[in-house]
Amino acid sequence: MIAADLLVAQNVGFGIISLLMIVAALRVVTVKNVVHAALWLVIVLSGAAAQYLLLSAEFVAITQILVYVGAVMVLFLFGTMLTRARIGAESDLNNKNWALGIPVALLMLGVMSYVIIDGFGSERLIENPGDMTQVPVQVISDDIFGPYLLPFWALSFVLLVAVIGAIVLARKD
Amino acid sequence: MNALLAADLPYWVQSLLRVLGGLVAVLLPAGTIVYLFLFKMMSFMQSRLGPMEAGPYGSMQLFAEVGKWLQKEDITPARADRTIFKIAPLVVLASTFLLVAVVPFGPDAWFTNFEAGVFYMLAVSSVSVLGILIAGWSSANKYSLLGGLRAAGQLIAYELPMVLAVIGVIIQAGTMNLQGIVVAQNGGEIFGWNGLGNPYILTQFTGFIIFMIAVQAELTQTPFDMPIAESELVSGYMTEYSGFRFLTFFIAEFATAGVFSLIASVLFLGGWGVPFAWFDWKSIDDISDWMNVVGPLIMFTKMMVLAFVIMWVRFSYPRFREDQLQRFAWKVLIPISLVNIMITAILKVAF
Repeated sequence: MIAADLLVAQNVGFGIISLLMIVAALRVVTVKNVVHAALWLVIVLSGAAAQYLLLSAEFVAITQILVYVGAVMVLFLFGTMLTRARIGAESDLNNKNWALGIPVALLMLGVMSYVIIDGFGSERLIENPGDMTQVPVQVISDDIFGPYLLPFWALSFVLLVAVIGAIVLARKD
Repeated sequence: MNALLAADLPYWVQSLLRVLGGLVAVLLPAGTIVYLFLFKMMSFMQSRLGPMEAGPYGSMQLFAEVGKWLQKEDITPARADRTIFKIAPLVVLASTFLLVAVVPFGPDAWFTNFEAGVFYMLAVSSVSVLGILIAGWSSANKYSLLGGLRAAGQLIAYELPMVLAVIGVIIQAGTMNLQGIVVAQNGGEIFGWNGLGNPYILTQFTGFIIFMIAVQAELTQTPFDMPIAESELVSGYMTEYSGFRFLTFFIAEFATAGVFSLIASVLFLGGWGVPFAWFDWKSIDDISDWMNVVGPLIMFTKMMVLAFVIMWVRFSYPRFREDQLQRFAWKVLIPISLVNIMITAILKVAF
């Protein structure tokens, strides 16, 4: 690859956003306050949404914002603020098994890299970045409700079970 | 594409124009709503005159208020989490600006033309919850925290009926693009008669009512103003904010009212368009360029009507109790909107 291919706006944007995401991800595990950690996590998740936008996967990016920033993180913050969320630094945030996380993370990285390289190999998304077009939402829905209908049903079933489980846990009688 | 907007302007000029346009589209409705409805209409409804001293008929009152807020001391509570305390109002305001980016004002007068515009709108409007939550937490005040938690619970509960109400419109229009929804409404016909287009308020009336109720709740306007209930929580998550930071919350509240009215007029009232049959337009490419000037004015008129309804309800009703509020969302609005989706889908296939 020559420099002219690398210095397109998408790549520069990718670099800046990735850097921000890495810094934010490190802050999530090093910061001394639960709420601050959650807010750094918001930056990581929004960064992922921005990366999807750069790949012109607009629908996935918006889903990322809707699900993770709008729902999961709000629920997270809601839960911590209801139970314990002191202002200022806390000392006992580290679990004593924290070192176990490192091999697990490395294993995940290996598996994910293997899957992506095995699945796509040397395929490139598009030949010419200037020709990038948006994938119409109709195409995505045709895929979900066509070839991927069975996994979709399975996921819906799992979610239904989770909802019923939550109701059972919440009911006192 | 219109020659004026896109042809020869360099990228940075386009971006600058879009930023300026976004500022106007957010601040102008906010100012109009505050002066016309909050100052004047509320006063008339309560048999008083409202502001009369600043300028003719009190018309400069808005500038006086902004001046007052700007010169007030910027206080941060001693025990507060300073950084987050300062970021929180900006997160709420940013959500408003992101929201207006997707609203079309004319055939070529838009900021962005997202393929999944409706979906984007729903996603971005939920970001403000984050700002409200951290505002309540970082104030280090129990009333603030309680207000923030109430706001989060309410906004999550009323986001669902809002999403479900919009799905009926998406099914009928067959697109998630807001521009496409405007075209589908104005190019449509009612049983072969196309003199009025087909504004979805007629076919999706249930959806429209649910959407407006959900908007009222998302804006925490009065029947749903539990988070800032002044007799219980002082001023909820805004209690500790003063001066410019309070002004930011205040602008965000009324600007969001304006932007949601704009979105509701796009989804249900036909947006910027006039029925295409009036001028023999067949598709979006036939539309004359003057619609780019008339379109925003039409939008503004519809926005004022809907904002009037929001404010009217706000001044007329007492507030809900917390449990009534949650029960109303989960046991009334959501089942009705689910039935609405089902009926819409059946009718869509049948016709």
